Amino acid sequence: MKILVCLGNVPDTTTKVKFADGAALDKTGIQWIINPWDELALTRAVELKEDSGNAVDQVTVITVGGKDAEPTLRKALAIGADEAIRIDAEPADAYSVAAQIAEAVRDKGFDLILSGIESSDYNGSMVSGMLAEFLNNPSVSAVSGILIQGSEVELTREIDGGKEQVVVPAPFVAAVQKGIAREPRIAAMRGIMMARKKPLTVIPAVDVNPLTEFVKFELPQPKPPCKMIDAEDIDVLVQWLQNEAKVL
Amino acid sequence: MSVLVYTENWDGKFKKASYELVSYATQVAEMLNTSVTAISIGKVNDDELLKLGGFGATKILKADDQHLNGLDNQAYTDIIARAAIEEGAGVIVFSHNNTGKALASRLSVRLKAAVGAGLIKLPVSLSPFIVYKKVFSGKAFAQVELKTEVKILTLMQNSFELVEADSRAEIVSFAGETGVPKTVIKDVQKQTGKILLTDAEVVVSGGRGMKSPDNWGVIEELADALGAATACSRPVSDEGWRSHDEHTGQTGKIIAPNLYIAAGISGAIQHMAGISSTKCIVAINTDSDAPVFEYADYGVVGDALKVLPALTRAVKEAKSK
Ligand SMILES: Cc1cc2nc3c(=O)[nH]c(=O)nc-3n(C[C@H](O)[C@H](O)[C@H](O)COP(=O)(O)OP(=O)(O)OC[C@H]3O[C@@H](n4cnc5c(N)ncnc54)[C@H](O)[C@@H]3O)c2cc1C
Ligand SMILES: Nc1ncnc2c1ncn2[C@@H]1O[C@H](COP(=O)(O)O)[C@@H](O)[C@H]1O
Repeated sequence: MKILVCLGNVPDTTTKVKFADGAALDKTGIQWIINPWDELALTRAVELKEDSGNAVDQVTVITVGGKDAEPTLRKALAIGADEAIRIDAEPADAYSVAAQIAEAVRDKGFDLILSGIESSDYNGSMVSGMLAEFLNNPSVSAVSGILIQGSEVELTREIDGGKEQVVVPAPFVAAVQKGIAREPRIAAMRGIMMARKKPLTVIPAVDVNPLTEFVKFELPQPKPPCKMIDAEDIDVLVQWLQNEAKVL
Repeated sequence: MSVLVYTENWDGKFKKASYELVSYATQVAEMLNTSVTAISIGKVNDDELLKLGGFGATKILKADDQHLNGLDNQAYTDIIARAAIEEGAGVIVFSHNNTGKALASRLSVRLKAAVGAGLIKLPVSLSPFIVYKKVFSGKAFAQVELKTEVKILTLMQNSFELVEADSRAEIVSFAGETGVPKTVIKDVQKQTGKILLTDAEVVVSGGRGMKSPDNWGVIEELADALGAATACSRPVSDEGWRSHDEHTGQTGKIIAPNLYIAAGISGAIQHMAGISSTKCIVAINTDSDAPVFEYADYGVVGDALKVLPALTRAVKEAKSK
């Protein structure tokens, strides 16, 4: 069985974001990381491969990005992916990213395609379903558990107020979320050494036009200071919540 | 041209979020001088369907084929795509919840329609068609142009007020053909009797400052008094003090209640990212320098184990008046 994990390269979540001319992210000084959910997806893929009962022979990671996304791919190789693919294009929108990945992986024999549920930068949650539709594969979203049982892959899907155990025929695309793996795996020294020898293939982009464009970014208005209430005087808080904030 | 809105049901019922969504679709339709058609998939009785009319839908497509029980993203997309084409929909609206995200994304490719994902208000302009959303987990806002003829919008929950309308809706049976559903649902586990975190208007949440799972009684009592759901920070669920589906934040649930009471939570950016759309935040913390006070609207410096019971008493008293 072959697993593909889609990796987005995003600013570290503690980054203070700034925008150049209000129209694009100012990339100076930004630390880039693997999108947190993608890192969990990768961790789970590597776990499945290591557990020999699962017959997973290969874990491949793929990203759509410029050369500056390569450290992220190397990190994924150090964590345990076997090979990495970079599609040489700046990610423009979810549609074009999904179209690029679909072109690159169609008919390459991936049984399980994993993505994160959302990119922590532009918060779209769209690539996964779009990729599945481009490939005409089934898709399952909000997946918090993956178990391989014989020839079947059993998924746990989060629904409002509960969970479902579902099975779809492979190949399929799953958007994974928290729960899929406990902690992201840290790359060990040995992994980092081995990563240098693993293949990182760069493939050219195909021609696709994005359907959307970010035209303007704004930072939130500074918030008025927090109103403090004396711990001995909690009635005041209830009055404010009722009469001022009007939330009770 | 019309506006089509997908109204999800939960065991045959709609929720407040469904009505918010129809209200939103109705306002978008007004901007475009057109009307709203809702599509419902699965078993929902006619009385329940007609409630959608109370928020502006004038036509309701009822797709209740037996084989459509249980979400299959491909089969549902088949139906919605067909409805969109038959209705000549120029805009298709979904909730930005798990189902909405899964269907909007597939439909986008099917119809080659741009998606504005996770919107928090009405479109800013129609030509060009520009929508408004949060980005970087609430650290900024963005205007996004949708460049295709047909547009798909997904609306963040709790970001739009209900607007009642007195339109009467007509129900039309809709037999959209689908491929054979491929998703086999083997088992369902549901929590019962609890207010769902994602639906709750008021949330009481505890962090590591609560010290021990044995101290959660004071959180639950306040939640009971307020009709609130309970939540927690990530270390609390990682430690197994509380169940995983209570953890809010960047890697947990993203919620937008009216009121969020954070007790013994330091206010790490990853936690706050999950609640950045909350209307009012109350923080209770022993440390007056805790970062949570930078985000809070109201703050109490004190021991949560004492402040929470006092707050519960005050709430009960205020409610009994
Ligand atoms: C990639 C990544 C993703 C993450 N995602 C999330 C996420 O989704 N959600 C999340 O919550 N965290 C997340 N975290 C963790 C986050 O950075 C913080 O570590 C976490 O939120 C801290 O939890 P806390 O506030 O409960 O605990 P602490 O930081 O330990 O804070 C405890 C607070 O309680 C106060 N306190 C102590 N005693 C009392 C008392 N008696 N009464 C009142 N107050 C008291 C203290 O002053 C302190 O402010 C993430 C981290 C990373 C790196
Ligand atoms: N540039 C990219 N390259 C590869 N995968 C991506 C890229 N952007 C997003 N993804 C994948 O799609 C998921 C959802 O992203 P989004 O739709 O942008 O929120 C992410 O968690 C990744 O798994």
